[in-house]
Amino acid sequence: MEALEFARLQFGSTTIYHFFFVPISIGLAPLVAIFHTQYVRTGQERYRRLAKFWGKIFLILFAMGIVTGIVQEFQFGMNWSSYSWFVGDIFGAPLALEGLLAFFLESTFLGLWIFGWDRLSPKLHLATIWLVVLGTHLSAYFILAANSWMQHPVGFVIDPETGQARLDSFVEVLTNPYLVGQFTHTIFAAWTTGAFVVLGVSALYLLKGRDVEVFAPAARTAVAIAVITSIGVAFVGHDQAQRLAEVQPMKIAAAEALWETEAGAPLSLFAIGDVENRENIVDLGLPRGLSLLATNTLDAEVEGINDIQARYEEEFGPGNYIPPVGVTYWAFRIMVGAGMVMIVLALFGLLSSLRGRIADTDRRWNRWWLRVLPYAVALPFIANTAGWVLTEMGRQPWVVYGVLRTEDGISQSVSRWEVIFPLSGFTLVYGVLMVVTIGLIKRQIDKGAVEETGEDVDDEHRTFSPLGGGY
Amino acid sequence: MDWFNLETLWFALIAVLFIGYFVLEGFDFGVGVLTKVLASDNTDRRVMINTIGPVWDGNEVWLITAGGAMFAAFPLWYATVFSSFYLPLFFILIGLIVRGVAFEFRGKRTEDRWRWWWDQAIFWGSLLPAVLWGVAFANFVQGVPVEENGLFVGTVLDLLSPYALLGGVASLIMFTLHGAVYLALKTEDGGEIQQRAQKLAQWLSPVVLVGVIAFLGWTYLNALGLGDTGVVPGIIPVAAMGAALAVPILIRERLHGWAFVATTTMIALVVLTLFLNLYPRLLVSSIDPAFDITIANARASDLTLTIMSWSALVFLPIVLVYQSWSYWVFRHRISRESVEAPSETPLQVVDRRLAQRQAARKDARGDRDGGPAPVA
Repeated sequence: MEALEFARLQFGSTTIYHFFFVPISIGLAPLVAIFHTQYVRTGQERYRRLAKFWGKIFLILFAMGIVTGIVQEFQFGMNWSSYSWFVGDIFGAPLALEGLLAFFLESTFLGLWIFGWDRLSPKLHLATIWLVVLGTHLSAYFILAANSWMQHPVGFVIDPETGQARLDSFVEVLTNPYLVGQFTHTIFAAWTTGAFVVLGVSALYLLKGRDVEVFAPAARTAVAIAVITSIGVAFVGHDQAQRLAEVQPMKIAAAEALWETEAGAPLSLFAIGDVENRENIVDLGLPRGLSLLATNTLDAEVEGINDIQARYEEEFGPGNYIPPVGVTYWAFRIMVGAGMVMIVLALFGLLSSLRGRIADTDRRWNRWWLRVLPYAVALPFIANTAGWVLTEMGRQPWVVYGVLRTEDGISQSVSRWEVIFPLSGFTLVYGVLMVVTIGLIKRQIDKGAVEETGEDVDDEHRTFSPLGGGY
Repeated sequence: MDWFNLETLWFALIAVLFIGYFVLEGFDFGVGVLTKVLASDNTDRRVMINTIGPVWDGNEVWLITAGGAMFAAFPLWYATVFSSFYLPLFFILIGLIVRGVAFEFRGKRTEDRWRWWWDQAIFWGSLLPAVLWGVAFANFVQGVPVEENGLFVGTVLDLLSPYALLGGVASLIMFTLHGAVYLALKTEDGGEIQQRAQKLAQWLSPVVLVGVIAFLGWTYLNALGLGDTGVVPGIIPVAAMGAALAVPILIRERLHGWAFVATTTMIALVVLTLFLNLYPRLLVSSIDPAFDITIANARASDLTLTIMSWSALVFLPIVLVYQSWSYWVFRHRISRESVEAPSETPLQVVDRRLAQRQAARKDARGDRDGGPAPVA
């Protein structure tokens, strides 16, 4: 492998790792805020316990998101300096704005929330967690604006002197039609992640009959969110796929392993491909499904990989414009499959919740539902990861679609070993931290949403008084 | 006003962001280093960590925003610096990762081994970046082997010149002193941690004075050797040394608030000296001045810079207001008693506070009803 492959491996692995923590932070923050709001409105102790319990778990995950996020911001320059130089005029601004508008907001107000329980008036203190929620969503918007520009570059011109991309319209960058879909899709997915984590953990308590009065309302809130967002993410995703068919037809064709252009193209369910000969050996599909998916009509023509390749060769010159079809194809299926299972689980929860049976472990079906939920916590993470693998791998060989190739984005001065060493370093540190993080969350779950007492020496993060306790 | 243009404004704003970063994260690096030096037991370490607990994360955002601003305003600078300082930056990142996580994770368990590991993470994770930032900034000024278009042709050894190493030592001792003064200000008045911080600051501050004079003096000689001194008005490095000179005196008088003002001023002015020395360059090429990265050849488009300027103009003051407010909320000193097992349970505290509030309300009502008339 050459420096390019190692650099891609490093960017891909650190980004996937970072994105374990991002959606759960975005999705858990509103749940913590909702529980806290319920506490302030009703004065019921159980909501305070919920807010604190989930606040602690949120904080562990959020801290991981922050520290791995710093790496993200710097490695554009470290491994991808040619890319950075080329796109900086457009790509840098959303990154800077993310710091200025989002990161300052979330870090400062999270500090105030954690340590402010007895320093701020209850309403002001509640406002701090909602500002954290606002910060996480703003952050998602800006970074997705940057990513969407790589997927579907708009509002720029190429500087004839330097050959760099130059901003032409910032409004176009911030209202990129691709961005609108991507942002909504990602936020729905993040809220689904938060809801399923809360559901999975609550189910553990409900099954044991432990703190049911605390975790049953939490599960009900999470079910309500999960129903809306898991269905929402599918609808927006469908919409986004149609946009993709226009702006990145190659990604859709690869995601479907559709080699030849077809009218009334089938939606492939299972395929074994022969990438070298550019055809499928086995392909089972729903007739006309893909045409329906991509255009909302049954017999529309969907362009196949080989035709797009020929078209691109004419447009961009000779080269291979086909992304890794196998990865793209299966990533798409894993994402959609995990999403479908989540919708089913959420809808079951809705029925059970409407009948007031959410904590009922005597009914067989409900008991099974509760037993599945802790495992279902993996689903949103699988779907999130697969979704980004599809998005990023499906864009290859481009780093900026149709404008800059990935191989042209790498740092010229960085040798193979200079990438391998940090790659190993990050892998080691990230690996250890993942084990520690999971261990800590498990511990927190075992401990439960307990009322903190004077003897609770575990959380010695306390600052000023027993209640002033952060975590 | 013909020197004023968008790239100069952004040069200044990035200088402001880095000054903010080094002043703020400077003391939390210092506190991190001092957890190994000043603490006699776990409670001491906890007290020290809690002095920066609510604020360290916000401090670090100054760096993230500075990095984003470099990327947006001077893409060539961002691209060159981060690829040529690859290894030092990698160690800075690892340091920032492990210490950030350590602050949040350390208190989660009580086993000695658990704490020992996170204590190492806090110490080394604070020490490494504190040294390496000094090394990096010294290199910006002294120059690194970059060719045309910012192509770095050196090795990591080129980044470890004696001057750069002095820069690293200077930043480490400045931040450590800054942290000691911060601890004296934020821990219990007359408490043991404050005493030890005071003692350490007393002998460290003259060392820092020597370090600052040596580093700024060498910077000046370097600049003379290169045939220019940037645009540094002599008053700024001299004032930096003046601030460094004031610290030992203020410490001896136990004027910790003023000593903190002095260490803040010292750090700000040293960083400012480096930036002014650079201006209008961003990264000096040690191969040929023609390859220098300057604000003119690295700048982004007018449109990007204009949009960024308005955003900074509107939002940076807002950030300053709420971050200052957060420091105000957490202005209290932290004592050993406050982090040790409390004597009251939380419910008792709530009851007591409720009772106090009701009593206060009753008093207020009493005043209105029949109390003495307010003095006009």
